[in-house]
Amino acid sequence: MSIQYHPDDDHLVRYAAGELSEAWSLLVATHNALCLSCRTKTRLAEAVGGVLVTDAAPTEMSVGALEATMARALNPQDDFVVRPEPASVQALTAKPVLPQPLRGYAGGDLQGLRWRRLGRGAYYVPLMSGRGAPTARLLRIPAGRPVPEHGHKGLELTMVLQGAFTDGGKRFGVGDVEAADSDLEHQPVAEPGEDCICLAVTDAPLRFRGLFARMVQPFIGI
Amino acid sequence: MISTLAISQASVTPTLRAASGLGQSPQRDWLNDLQDEEPPRDPDQSPDWNSLLCSVATQDRAAFASLFTHFAPRVKSYMLRLGSDAAQAEELAQEAMAAVWRKADRYDPERAAASTWIFTVARNLRIDAFRRQNHPELDPNDPALVPELPVSADLIVARKQDASLIHKALAELSQEQREVLRLSFFDDQTHMQISETLDIPLGTVKSRIRLAFGRIRTMLEDKE
Ligand SMILES: [Zn+2]
Repeated sequence: MSIQYHPDDDHLVRYAAGELSEAWSLLVATHNALCLSCRTKTRLAEAVGGVLVTDAAPTEMSVGALEATMARALNPQDDFVVRPEPASVQALTAKPVLPQPLRGYAGGDLQGLRWRRLGRGAYYVPLMSGRGAPTARLLRIPAGRPVPEHGHKGLELTMVLQGAFTDGGKRFGVGDVEAADSDLEHQPVAEPGEDCICLAVTDAPLRFRGLFARMVQPFIGI
Repeated sequence: MISTLAISQASVTPTLRAASGLGQSPQRDWLNDLQDEEPPRDPDQSPDWNSLLCSVATQDRAAFASLFTHFAPRVKSYMLRLGSDAAQAEELAQEAMAAVWRKADRYDPERAAASTWIFTVARNLRIDAFRRQNHPELDPNDPALVPELPVSADLIVARKQDASLIHKALAELSQEQREVLRLSFFDDQTHMQISETLDIPLGTVKSRIRLAFGRIRTMLEDKE
């Protein structure tokens, strides 16, 4: 694999422990779909979680718990609603660009997504947002063009899904994850040739600095 | 995302949601908890949980009863340590084991030990119940997935004997390393909060976790 920039090990452990919120978990799971090394580390962390739970002192279940559980298991209508898993709504014609679970969150592969204008030729698709909660979105940066200049209040992780970008002398290709914290006013530039498509997750809303972005940011809420 | 959140909220049953005690995280004396460990069992004496879990996929109730007797009280402890009260923990443990019954046909013993898989089922359930969120996971059948190598030292983790090897490896870690691992898995705190709980710098929390996993990996590779 040519992936050079991975999520921090902390993120993998916290993903395995179930401590990451959904937006960060989406990025880790999507990276793991493309990265065998991080997939293996995550699995190891989950195996450690399993052993820790198994090794912990047990707490007695209530009387009749097994029978009650069997009844729940056999009658999910009663007490348990099976969560629909995010799935692609489009029939796949070729190998998709977006791996699962991302494709499910986007509502399909690249064709047919509803891109919104970000300014300077860039577009985005919101995937997850909420007051104070981490935000996840797809970004599409035209080949050879910069991402609208921005800083952010917290951590931002950007994973490349198609094309590549360079930032601060480093090249980020498919599967690579760039981590940028609040101190860094960074300036990713898409490589010439192909539009660059990324999954970007941020702790807090981005502050875009370009004039157009600054004008529209209050309205589009990213 | 809005649609996902909507699904997420709709999918938590009222009883479960009421039982989930959102946001509660009672202070616990972790150092006391850590001393409550069971003496290490000899894992070689354990039943073959992986095979039993495979049998559950064929609706084998006796196999399920064995798994339940072993795992349900431990899943209950897990929920208690994450801040549930006794009734909530009982409810969540039963739900988790019911999910084990219903999803057992998705269990692949080549990919995970039974304890790993049951842990992930319980983990996802408590994320659903406590935070009303999904835990996004890759799809092993996705055409966009980078496929696994058939044989690789790195894939040791997926092997059958892993749970007992990891059990032994954990016993060989330092007390400090075990402690941060337990806090990582049993406390719904950030690493920053763990650093406050233990009164050690954040960088030390991160490096202990990294070292602990590095050691476990090395031990697994050596024992293969
Ligand atoms: Zn990776």
